[in-house]
Amino acid sequence: MDALAEAFRLIITLDADLFEILWLSIRVSLSALAISAVIGLPLGTYLAITKFPGRKFCILLLNTLMGMPPVVVGLMVYLLLSRSGPLGWLGLLYTPTAMIIAQAVLITPIIAALSNQVIENLHQEYSDTFYSMGVTGRRAVAAYLVDARYALTTCVLAGFGRAIAEVGAVIIVGGNIDHLTRVMTTAIALETSKGNLTLALGLGAVLLALSLLVNALVIGVREYAAKRQYA
Amino acid sequence: MNTLRSANMPNSLLPIRISDLGLIKGDRAVLGGVNLIIDEPGITVIMGPNGAGKSLLLRSLHGLITPDQGFITLGSLTVADSRNEQAMVFQQPVLLRRTVLQNLAFAAPKIAKTNPQRLIQALESVNLADRAAQPARMLSGGEQQRLSLARALLDEPALLLLDEATASLDPASVLMIESLVKAQSAQGTKVILVSHDQGQARRLADEVVFISAGQVTEQSPADRFFTAPQTPTAKAYLAGEILL
Repeated sequence: MDALAEAFRLIITLDADLFEILWLSIRVSLSALAISAVIGLPLGTYLAITKFPGRKFCILLLNTLMGMPPVVVGLMVYLLLSRSGPLGWLGLLYTPTAMIIAQAVLITPIIAALSNQVIENLHQEYSDTFYSMGVTGRRAVAAYLVDARYALTTCVLAGFGRAIAEVGAVIIVGGNIDHLTRVMTTAIALETSKGNLTLALGLGAVLLALSLLVNALVIGVREYAAKRQYA
Repeated sequence: MNTLRSANMPNSLLPIRISDLGLIKGDRAVLGGVNLIIDEPGITVIMGPNGAGKSLLLRSLHGLITPDQGFITLGSLTVADSRNEQAMVFQQPVLLRRTVLQNLAFAAPKIAKTNPQRLIQALESVNLADRAAQPARMLSGGEQQRLSLARALLDEPALLLLDEATASLDPASVLMIESLVKAQSAQGTKVILVSHDQGQARRLADEVVFISAGQVTEQSPADRFFTAPQTPTAKAYLAGEILL
């Protein structure tokens, strides 16, 4: 109970260490999310509305990559960015940028696969009308993205939820370095192993609150869309 | 295409020639070598029992279905080349998840940019101007179909296809859609519509094409079709008998 009270005090008093970790976590996950959304949403849409040989295999691959273990992603990015790796010359290992890359690799398939399903359903509904109106190519992709905006927002939020709660990949490529690459999940793991439950619990509470906020947003977006028949 | 069509303007998509059009689904020929020439302006109503192939013929004309055999020409154009000159209204209106006005703007981006007032006029023509800012999918079924028609007519198509567009709509919406279709036909747009509703066919048709079991069995001026149908199937259909 003492640890919980102390954790609560850290949050209320805006503890500098705690908020430094919190800010880095949000910055890394939001950056990864932006990259993943820019790649994943058009990719999912393209796969939903275009027919080409190997399309089904691409969708199968995306769905498989959705469940990729974070440590495997971390290892792949580590090998890529390590000094002897192909991108080692960039010197990105153990930096927040490496963590952004790892999280982006992890959640891009999630956003692409979820958006693919959303757009595929919409495409079934719209395809005849779009054909009739002569809407094709980029204009169709843009229209699908706009019209599925609320459903896609929930896909993106799901990606953010996965990124912010992820520990395996960022600990491998970030190294959990104090004041540099320490994020909430890696800090919780470290502080727990050190027996410092106060900070671990404080961070855990913030992480839970963030997760709650994301889920509340998902529900709110869904309800708003349903009310206006935009779902 | 954005200039207003006039009744005196020759329709570039006439005559419509359908030659030996065949479509096979599974092991069944749902359209079995259809031959048809539609060369008169006005409104042609395609009638026939359920499953006769009316909608398939209409969808083939619009290019939504690629036939297994035969070909279609519209004036001197192929179906693909004439696509920008055609518009189609489906039985189930499909509207974007946007406002009423945005639905029109999406369908005709050039008009939306150069002459947005025309979008409002289009909404006024279907009595939806006061709903411009509402989400389109919150409109009633009849209102949604009126909006679909306004959207289809924005570009002044040379050929307007309607596939059971007024099925299960309220009488007020049916009346409004019919009067708009008649007005558009009077301006020179060729209208081909599929309908089960004999009353509607009598009100609108200049010509009737009767289809049965994937074949055109009769093509007559509307007066003659309704007073003296040439085939036993058409007679039975008009008598309200159930055709299997």
